[in-house]
Amino acid sequence: MKRVAVIVFPGSNCDGDALAAAREAGSDAYYVWHRETDLQQADCVILPGGFSYGDYLRSGAIARFSPVMAAVAAHARAGGPVLGICNGLQILCEAGLLPGGLMRNARLRFLSRPAWVRVETTDTPFTCLYQQGDVLEIPIAHGDGRYVADERTAAELEASGRVVWRYVRDNPNGSMHDIAGVCSTGRNVVGIMPHPERRNAAVLGGQDGARVFHAMEARHATQHAVDVRAVGDRHLRV
Amino acid sequence: MSDYRVQVRVMPRAALLDPQGQAVEHALHALGFGDVAQVRVGKHLVLEVKAASREEALARARAMCDRLLANPVTEDYDLGVEAAG
Repeated sequence: MKRVAVIVFPGSNCDGDALAAAREAGSDAYYVWHRETDLQQADCVILPGGFSYGDYLRSGAIARFSPVMAAVAAHARAGGPVLGICNGLQILCEAGLLPGGLMRNARLRFLSRPAWVRVETTDTPFTCLYQQGDVLEIPIAHGDGRYVADERTAAELEASGRVVWRYVRDNPNGSMHDIAGVCSTGRNVVGIMPHPERRNAAVLGGQDGARVFHAMEARHATQHAVDVRAVGDRHLRV
Repeated sequence: MSDYRVQVRVMPRAALLDPQGQAVEHALHALGFGDVAQVRVGKHLVLEVKAASREEALARARAMCDRLLANPVTEDYDLGVEAAG
């Protein structure tokens, strides 16, 4: 059982769902308030979605200076897995733990609906239970979801296989290269704009996001990274 | 030490799509202001800084922009400094 710290900022609103998804996957998940400086021996850290600090100034711009972020950065530098979801991705970009930034959706509207993403790499702590090319239906809920980076950075991301998820069918927010999620050079820091924690059970309409959380348990386990298998549209631990 | 009023203008990077600017431009065209083009929407921050000189106030403001007020990936900024009175 892995210890999963779900960071709570003022204005986080997907922290409960992220905690539930991690627990559902078998992890010992717990909240860490943003003013804490100790991650309590976390194996893995999740920065959940929401509107930290009301998105004042820029999404994630103020949260990235929260006291807990020094510990998150230290955890990331040591190679520990960090997952940023939606506002969590925005915070990781603002903190410089991931390249690029998020801007207002190309068509301005706040979008809350399903989106489809293709898994572009399984070489991350959060996609290791998927197959490359898997297309997942995962909800989005964002106003500032347009991922941008300068051309050199974008070329580097592509060349090094660090685009983790890419929108398919349509690109909801106008992100460059249809990017929906990226990872760090060390591949342990991963950010995704859609919400896998909202798609981890049949009762939520599907389980396409479940393996993001199962991966946290599988990753460091002594067994292989395939102890969760998709059978039909169900994800079973085997 | 004196008080300086610093005006910070933060604009989306020129090369990047500015959908707010486009929406405002379309609205202006619809209102009959057909002579308008290249509308862009940014932010304007006003702050007071205590500093020994205008140059020091400017340097402090630049440091604030680089750390927090502007995102170097998505935005450019420029600064104006005057004695606060």
